[in-house]
Amino acid sequence: MTPAAQISVQIRLFASYREAAGTRSLEAPVSQGATVADLVELLAERIPALRTAPGLIAVNYTYVQPDFELHQGDEVAFIPPVSGG
Amino acid sequence: MFKVIDGPLEGIDLESEVRTDADGAIIVFRGVARRYSRGRDVVHLEYEAYAEMAEKVMAQIGEEIKARWPVSGVAIVHRTGVLEIGQASVAIAIAAPHRGEAFEATEYAIDRLKQIVPIWKKEVWSDGEQWIGWEHEQHQVTSDHSA
Repeated sequence: MTPAAQISVQIRLFASYREAAGTRSLEAPVSQGATVADLVELLAERIPALRTAPGLIAVNYTYVQPDFELHQGDEVAFIPPVSGG
Repeated sequence: MFKVIDGPLEGIDLESEVRTDADGAIIVFRGVARRYSRGRDVVHLEYEAYAEMAEKVMAQIGEEIKARWPVSGVAIVHRTGVLEIGQASVAIAIAAPHRGEAFEATEYAIDRLKQIVPIWKKEVWSDGEQWIGWEHEQHQVTSDHSA
């Protein structure tokens, strides 16, 4: 069986997630066809807060649902509860 | 004008950005850093933004406003970085032919910004700090550093 093709997405982290992860961006390889929810599972090992304290997720600057399918080069942002103003 | 800037908002002229000769009212709202919050003394505030997306979402709020009220111009500018007490974090300017729609649209703009624009505020107290936004959540990502 051939392994599923890999794609690469760019991760952006902000505020409390950024502090918990110790970085503001990273690149993650995911399987072709992977969803935002799959990515959360993948990253939760390194950044548990993404699962224990979930916020919103945006792909290419638009809020999306967990079943959103990722594509090569997507920018995925993890957005804790906003508090601007 | 929908912008995130990494510097003071004081001195930015938003009125000329939004005013047209048809307007009889211009409202400029500024949110400023206050000393007291949730019973604690704030030393300063820190704002962080997902600037590329924040500007896009602020422009979307501008479209929502123009679809609901007959306003001629909307400008929203938010800053990032460290703010001392009294400094402005956000400035919103709205121009309209009449004051009623200008007041309503301004209130909508700041309410909506607080709801959906990816910007975060950290309160820094003399004895700790906290990212704001988790107050109604059971869990917090970062704990209060005052311990």
